[in-house]
Amino acid sequence: MKQNKTFGNKISKPIKNQQVFNSFWELMKGLFKENPVFCLVLGLCPFLAVSTSLDNAIGMGAAATFVLVCSNFIISLIRKKVPDKIRIPIFIVVIASFVTIASLVMQAYLPVLNKALGIYVPLIVVNCIILGRAEAFASKNNIIKSTLDGLGMGIGFTLSLLLISFIREFLGTGSLKLFGVNLVSIPMEPAVIFILAPGALLVMGLLLGLFAHIRNKKYEATCCEVKE
Amino acid sequence: MENLFAIIIGAIFVNNFILTRFLGLCPFFGVSKKTKPALGMGLAVIFVMTLASIVTWIVYNLILVPLGLQYLQIIVFILIIATLVQFVELFLKKANPVLYKALGIYLPLITTNCAVLGVAFLNVQENYSFIAALVFGLSAGVGFLLALLLMSGIRERLELSKVPKAFSGIPIAFIVAALMSLAFLAFSGIIR
Repeated sequence: MKQNKTFGNKISKPIKNQQVFNSFWELMKGLFKENPVFCLVLGLCPFLAVSTSLDNAIGMGAAATFVLVCSNFIISLIRKKVPDKIRIPIFIVVIASFVTIASLVMQAYLPVLNKALGIYVPLIVVNCIILGRAEAFASKNNIIKSTLDGLGMGIGFTLSLLLISFIREFLGTGSLKLFGVNLVSIPMEPAVIFILAPGALLVMGLLLGLFAHIRNKKYEATCCEVKE
Repeated sequence: MENLFAIIIGAIFVNNFILTRFLGLCPFFGVSKKTKPALGMGLAVIFVMTLASIVTWIVYNLILVPLGLQYLQIIVFILIIATLVQFVELFLKKANPVLYKALGIYLPLITTNCAVLGVAFLNVQENYSFIAALVFGLSAGVGFLLALLLMSGIRERLELSKVPKAFSGIPIAFIVAALMSLAFLAFSGIIR
């Protein structure tokens, strides 16, 4: 909340202040209160599969954020023209186009990353976060709000991905690498299980439990109530 | 023949779609609270996955490759699967109302199941022949059903046990899945 104030003070007019606050809120809610992964438990498939290293996490996060922002923008742009009955197929085509763009760009410029992420890049298309935001938010709100919402959700997704890959890479390999540079390494036998599939589920389960615990204490279940 | 056997064992046990590839986690956690719906969902997935595997293979190899349109595969595959699910739903409604009643509500959910789309992409990536793609789709579905059924059995028991408040619901399900995944790791020595 502190950041909201400092951000708003830069603009003198009170009405504009309110608008800026609102749009800033759209951005921030994706990060914490409505974090797509830990709060809404959406978009898990690519999330767990690519969380083996920080590099992969950044690549996947960037691709998903790009798709989220662009598809939210386009969908909110065409939201009044789209007939209600066939809106889902239209949304899917829009999303699939941007995923294709992201996938082709990645193949051309980042072949190593593309190989590491494998089929999970095209699978962004069925990531429930993206279709969920398109349906629940972008099809009902104006362009600025929707774009900010996409950006916030994307950053929230990336941050969660970074958190879980940080834990997995650190415990599973005993070192942290970022773009090939060794950041930290600890002189001990790494627990390889964290790099393997069970590690992802275990870390995710523990983190979800931790967040649920914090939430129970903090706001007595204001968020995540509507999850079902 | 040996190759096909390797594909079957690989898709069901070694690279189980849910537990090692993390495909289809949403229905895995969503529909695994009771055994009966889990069975329905699993059967629906097997059905759609096999069909999707066949149709996407045909479209990719007989239409997209000759025309040099491979870059369209993402859009084409998702549309094929979405229409396929719609058709299956309509067809079942007419042809076999009993089966429709059993599988009906799970069918729309399958459209956004990444396991189905994942099969299509893996077929392309592994360069499978038609028969191999068919077998792969079928056995991936069986692997999905297996994991889903095991999980629902465990979760039914879990309802009766005392779980710390913070872990109740989804978090404990993840930890159970982690233990199952650990058990499935034991299969990894079977092939190669």
